[in-house]
Amino acid sequence: MVKESAVPSTAQPSPSHGMNSNLPGLDNLAVKCLKCKEILYGRDWKKNLKVCVRCGYHFKLTAQERIELLVDPDSFVEMDADVISDDPLHFVSQGQSYETKLAEERKNVGLNEAVIIGHATIENKPLALAIMDFRFIGGSMSSAVGEKITRAIEYGIEHQRPVLIASASGGARMQEGLYSLMQLAKTSAALAKLGEARLPYFSLLTDPTTGGVTASFGMLGDVILAEPGALVCFAGPRVIEGFMHVKLPEGAISAEFALQHGMIDAVVHRRDLRQTLARLLRMYAEKAAI
Amino acid sequence: MAYDLEFEKPLAELEKKIVALQRKGDRLKYDEQVQLQEMERELRQRTEEIYKNLTAWQTVQVARHKDRPYSADYIQLMCDDFFELHGDRCFADDHAIIAGPAILDGNTVMVIGHQKGRDVKEKQLRNLGMPHPEGYRKAYRLMQQAEKFCLPIICLIDTSGASPGLQDEERGQSEAIAANLYLMSRLPVPIIAVVIGEGGSGGALAIGIADRVLMLEYSIYTVASPEAAASILWRDTAFAPQAAEAMRISARDLKAAQLIDELIPEPLGGAHHNYRLAADTLKAALLRHLAELKHLPLDQLLEKRYQKFRAIGKFGRAAELLPTNS
Repeated sequence: MVKESAVPSTAQPSPSHGMNSNLPGLDNLAVKCLKCKEILYGRDWKKNLKVCVRCGYHFKLTAQERIELLVDPDSFVEMDADVISDDPLHFVSQGQSYETKLAEERKNVGLNEAVIIGHATIENKPLALAIMDFRFIGGSMSSAVGEKITRAIEYGIEHQRPVLIASASGGARMQEGLYSLMQLAKTSAALAKLGEARLPYFSLLTDPTTGGVTASFGMLGDVILAEPGALVCFAGPRVIEGFMHVKLPEGAISAEFALQHGMIDAVVHRRDLRQTLARLLRMYAEKAAI
Repeated sequence: MAYDLEFEKPLAELEKKIVALQRKGDRLKYDEQVQLQEMERELRQRTEEIYKNLTAWQTVQVARHKDRPYSADYIQLMCDDFFELHGDRCFADDHAIIAGPAILDGNTVMVIGHQKGRDVKEKQLRNLGMPHPEGYRKAYRLMQQAEKFCLPIICLIDTSGASPGLQDEERGQSEAIAANLYLMSRLPVPIIAVVIGEGGSGGALAIGIADRVLMLEYSIYTVASPEAAASILWRDTAFAPQAAEAMRISARDLKAAQLIDELIPEPLGGAHHNYRLAADTLKAALLRHLAELKHLPLDQLLEKRYQKFRAIGKFGRAAELLPTNS
């Protein structure tokens, strides 16, 4: 028998649209906005899709919450939920093995890895999707994450579906060494094949999307969207500050910065994401016969 | 070439004695000549022993050695002609990447390589070998040109990473790297990538998608610099040697893991001890792989390249990987 604690069950988003299925009991609690420090009532906060009512700060969403937010109720079918990373290097840091770290994360986060993949519909338009979850070792790129994202893209190619990837990642998974780096090659190559099949790829950058993920599938979208205020960058503010010996102002590197410099197509408020994707799917995926 | 790394101290001492004797030239007595020969033999033997058992961190030091041959050195020694092309046609010319057509054994190839600097001024000019987005876009432009003229591409990888400055963010470092990964994975000409020194992260991979990935014996290929990994996982860059060891970054380890295709032996004591020999060995390997790749039909070449990277990763089903309670 598989250890119960080690393997969370498949993600099953509730049919209801919104955030109602998660965090039971939070309704009567208060949440402090991480940006403006406003005290928000749990119920209002969730009703507002975890966006601060005062300053518009977008809290991070879990992968399940993101799926509920974006796709038609009951339409999501998860694939390869039980794919997990091995420990190819038998990596140990500070006395903890990577294998133990993975088991802990699976237990604490309730996911097998930092991405959920599957297929669904958005306003009845089918697509393949890969939704990352920052809680699992910072959404870092493991062999399993790379494999699952590649399978989502390949599903798109096989079934002639557009692909959506929602990124949330600190970058590489150090504990897998070069295996981690090569996932950038693998996912980018799969996207190149998707492109050859003339299928659209929508990239959604959420807070934070940095490092190798930005420098591969994050920036390869035919259309690249980002949530307001999301950290979107290659190196990250601390690395930039260390390299340049300067102090960056708060929020200097963000989705808005990327938009201003021509790197992404639009910054979209969370409440408009689903509608925006539906419009794009209509335009890109329902091409009239020419 | 002097032995000047920390772990080479015994070699340096021996070398000093040898040089002292050699200086005497004709005035050398018979027993001194015997002694000299004996010491030279000992130096070779001890160098072999030390280099056979380099730790990961020692390999890092050799890969970063200030006298190690850089891309320009290999190009000059391997190619009969090289015409450097400049600029990305959008913004600037980046001196951290050199590129252009070259004649290798009678045939034209497109060479693209990271280029570090030797003295302070050149280091600054070349941004310590850390390309800006315009460097990757120059590479992109010339890879497309290689396709246009059916030229095989040879990439020489030697960077600690892509430049992480604010300007690099503004000009789209991520996009520049990602675009190269996308292009190279389907480009219908043979591509060979060789890590000649440091293969640092995405900045290395951005010219590293190839039909053959080779590494010089004492080069390294890493997902993050040992210092960066140490600061993230140990919260202290002083643990860089431990991080280097744990990440398995040497050519030997990566060949054993089948993450690279071939390890190219280096001259005794590292490539910087004999540029000529290092370049000749690399050239022979390149010609061998080019000859093999030339015979592959393009659709097979591309499918094999796709499968090569598609297959990388260690994962499994939870039911298979996790220990079970019987």
